[in-house]
Amino acid sequence: MTDSDDVWKVNRERDGENQKFVSNFPEPGPVGKVFAPVAGFGVTIRNFFKPTVTEQYPEKRDTAMPRYHGRHQLNRYEDGLEKCIGCELCAWACPADAIYVEADSNTPDAQYSPGERYGRVYQINYLRCIFCGLCIEACPTRALTMTNDFELAGPTREGLIYEKQDLLAPLSEGQLDAPHPMVPGTTDDDYYKGDVTQVVDEQVAWVRENRPEEPTLPENRKAETARG
Amino acid sequence: MTSTADKATTQAVETVSLTIDGAEVTVPKGTLIIRAAEQVGIDIPRFCDHPLLKPAGACRQCLVDVAAPDREGNVRPFPKPQASCTMTVMDGMIVNTQHSSDTAAKAQEGVMELLLINHPLDCPVCDKGGECPLQNQAMSNGRTESRFIDVKRVFEKPLSLSSQILLDRERCILCQRCTRFSKEIAGDAFIDLQNRGAMQQIGTFNEDVLEFDGYEPIGVAAEDESGRAFSSYYSGNTIQICPVGALTSASYRFRSRPFDLVSSPGISEHDSSGAAIRTDHRRGKILRRLADNDPVVNEEWITDKDRFAFSWQNLNDRITRPLVRGEDGELHESSWPDALAAAAKGLRAAITGDEAQGAAVLPGGRVTLEDAYAYQKFARTVLGTNDVDIRTRTASDEEQDFLGSSVAAKGMGVTFADLEKAPAVLLAGFEPEDEGGIVFLRLHKSTGKQQVFSIAPFLTRGAEKLNATLLPTAPGGEGKALAAVKGSTDAAEALKEDGAIIVVGERLAGSPGAFTQALALAKRTGAKLAWIPRRAGERGALEAGALPGLLPGARAVTEASARTAVAQAWGVDSLPEAAGRGAAQIIADAEAGKVDALIVGGVTPSDLTGDLQAAIERTPFVLSLEVRRSEAAEAADVVLPVAPPSEKSGTFVNWEGRLRGFATALKTDAMSDHRVLDILARELGVHLGTGTVAEVSQQLGSLGAAAAKERPAAPKVDAPKVDAKPGAELILAAWHQLVDEGALQDGEPYLAGTGRTSVARLSRKTADAVGIQDGLVTVSTEFGSLELPVAITDMIDGVVWVPAKSPGSWVAQELGVEPGARVTVKGGI
Ligand code: SF4
Ligand code: SF4
Ligand code: SF4
Ligand code: FES
Repeated sequence: MTDSDDVWKVNRERDGENQKFVSNFPEPGPVGKVFAPVAGFGVTIRNFFKPTVTEQYPEKRDTAMPRYHGRHQLNRYEDGLEKCIGCELCAWACPADAIYVEADSNTPDAQYSPGERYGRVYQINYLRCIFCGLCIEACPTRALTMTNDFELAGPTREGLIYEKQDLLAPLSEGQLDAPHPMVPGTTDDDYYKGDVTQVVDEQVAWVRENRPEEPTLPENRKAETARG
Repeated sequence: MTSTADKATTQAVETVSLTIDGAEVTVPKGTLIIRAAEQVGIDIPRFCDHPLLKPAGACRQCLVDVAAPDREGNVRPFPKPQASCTMTVMDGMIVNTQHSSDTAAKAQEGVMELLLINHPLDCPVCDKGGECPLQNQAMSNGRTESRFIDVKRVFEKPLSLSSQILLDRERCILCQRCTRFSKEIAGDAFIDLQNRGAMQQIGTFNEDVLEFDGYEPIGVAAEDESGRAFSSYYSGNTIQICPVGALTSASYRFRSRPFDLVSSPGISEHDSSGAAIRTDHRRGKILRRLADNDPVVNEEWITDKDRFAFSWQNLNDRITRPLVRGEDGELHESSWPDALAAAAKGLRAAITGDEAQGAAVLPGGRVTLEDAYAYQKFARTVLGTNDVDIRTRTASDEEQDFLGSSVAAKGMGVTFADLEKAPAVLLAGFEPEDEGGIVFLRLHKSTGKQQVFSIAPFLTRGAEKLNATLLPTAPGGEGKALAAVKGSTDAAEALKEDGAIIVVGERLAGSPGAFTQALALAKRTGAKLAWIPRRAGERGALEAGALPGLLPGARAVTEASARTAVAQAWGVDSLPEAAGRGAAQIIADAEAGKVDALIVGGVTPSDLTGDLQAAIERTPFVLSLEVRRSEAAEAADVVLPVAPPSEKSGTFVNWEGRLRGFATALKTDAMSDHRVLDILARELGVHLGTGTVAEVSQQLGSLGAAAAKERPAAPKVDAPKVDAKPGAELILAAWHQLVDEGALQDGEPYLAGTGRTSVARLSRKTADAVGIQDGLVTVSTEFGSLELPVAITDMIDGVVWVPAKSPGSWVAQELGVEPGARVTVKGGI
């Protein structure tokens, strides 16, 4: 054990040494000393001779780097069921308190995600979000990921609170919008493991019966395409 | 029989000294190691251990290294780590917990690993996540990596033990807290361990075997491998003490996470026990209520009604702005100034002029002490009448004299602790489980050490659990029954013991002479007397003087000196002299058109035998102070919104006379009744001075209690002989079950499903005399009838019992009579 007096002595000596500023750079030579006052322009002058990188945004829109932390997305399984189970872990992980979630029970009449629980309310406040991505790491189902979309500005505060429908992934061909039953004979585990790869007829039939107007039904999609 | 507590106080406490993690600690003999460690701030992980339950040693998470002196006094280590929650301390013991012993730490890690083997990875969908002892202790005392790679055992989930209580058997760690609570504390052994090994699980008992017949819950409850439904008034406590998310409630399932919630302490508005609760809310909405720890009142338990019945205040019919009846005869939202002006106009018309017949006030049973005080002061100073009565239930003058002479303004009399210690308790007109909730739990704690006698038509399941002896009595005959407790009867002998208690319920008001006889019995035997009403506001209203014949502090209205004292304190010239009318009389008179204005608080017309609805319609001006658009409010002329208990502060006075102050849980702009009345009085040109809780307490404090001569005299009423004989005309017995269709339980279907099925109870002999085998019976009066399934019960002949306000059995509304009345009983169609 160090005697506390010793500690203080060591500290005092170290502090004394730190009073003097010693640069890490080597002493400049005589030429260097002459150009020292304008040396700072070096970078500027060098860039006169390089191609310009000014982006013509928004006329010309470039894409961000693949791992750019942009707007969030709530993903879906292959059959269109939502991955989010409303566990609030993203909200908990968020250092800026930007996420608000309220969960609810799936029912046979309204099955939004595999299993018992789904996120009924999901909001991200983009005035608070600092795009750290901690929510993405917290999400146990990979429901939440970030996209490359960086265009997050708007005239109102309310408009920057994104709701669940603003964040849900778009439905690609072959996916059927929730709510609809899970693939018969599967459990939520099968979904997590990725064993559900497509919509099955029972699900389509269920939606057809309960929501014949659903735009993601194959026939409605076809009609939509036909109309152009 | 001397009470155990007496022994404990007379003997000096023997202590024992031991070392825990190198720290010396001295604790009373018999303390468990885990408790001793708590005293020196050493935390040992645990699941099954609970300070209010008996040690079980079920989970093995609390293993510690122990060395203790042997017979020769050499300190010798135990060969294996020991469960600290089951082992009591010894002098010279050396305990090393996970903080100082690698063996203990390794043993705990091992136990944790075993517990987690079959535990699902449910945290994201589990209601306990974020406040889960298993999560926390797995982090603090578990291995960092799991070595288990096989398939976990799965169960179907969730299993509905009742409509409210759901069980996820996969998550259960078999600590048996729930089963021990159910057996030891609630006495409802509906659930227990079943099967062995990996398939061991919590399940429900087969109620047929245990003869729970006739107490089935209303709602559906899934059956497990062997059992049936979980029907207990205290089942919610198992959720709170379950150390994992195995037990959850249907109403809170998936609703929120603990870090969303703001917790505010409060007092339950559901009964006169004044149980401490914790209200958890998010964004201005209550999501759940939990029991708070109050060792002198409810310990750590509350009833399911206290826990789950809170949605009534946020239903769609909540009133947020004043309503005034317009020219078109409809209620319209209006501003406060307009509504107050309309109310003032209506009231002024009722009390001024020669023709005026005056106004009367009916505050409901949910009022706080402050509200009750404001209502009665408003009646007496603004309206100039003593017609104010909180007793919108069975009531009598005898009761008022009894309360004024022996209960009100006497401070704390009998307490919960006294009930627990009492060697004998006589219950008259009071069902501890249905009408007392927490009172039952306290009595149940002493089962086996205490003799309980019940003056009732039959032994309810609650009374049976207390091992009570029935003194079979037909409603109305309680007076004679109390008088018969004398000489060398068992009950009389038992009541003579030191500390014995007579508990009288509010229902005795319907039984002439009962209070008189209760007082006489107390005098005869030396037993203490406790009045335990049902509703939370009763005792407070009594202290505040919201009764027609009682001023604040138990002063009799008829005593001139009492009136002068109060008038002086209030700064008014005089107080009305004429004794007021009781609630039932007010309603009857109003119905006959003899009242010009009524102020109605939270009163539900269907709870009353009198026709309040007709009275409201007949009365020229009715002001309603309401939380919701109740029937009464719909018929009123002006409705002023008031705050429900969670949105206001105030004081409930529980039956002990203990002040149970509570602060606002949810801050809204809703105002308490006392504040609304204060503003209204100002509109009428009177300074009521009840704007804040502090003002009211200050006034109540300075008024103090009545001098002995200012109190009403003790009642002297003869008890009639009640002749109950089997026949077509039977005597009606009824009381409220804890979970029923009371207005404060609206909007909570999961709770309602745990209520007991409505049945009509008859004795075998009575049923035979009327020719009823089974099936439905019709109970009828001139007014109306009820049809209920019959339950043949071991009970007094000539009496039929039905629940007072359970599904299909709204006695006051359908039969229009009070218990004790004659009714006709026939076999069903
Ligand atoms: S997005 Fe992921 S972390 Fe957030 S609530 Fe949904 S499942 Fe949970
Ligand atoms: S009981 Fe606790 S550890 Fe188990 S799933 Fe629920 S939150 Fe997780
Ligand atoms: S259900 Fe909960 S309280 Fe009951 S044994 Fe299982 S873990 Fe313990
Ligand atoms: S806490 Fe000791 S065995 Fe469970």
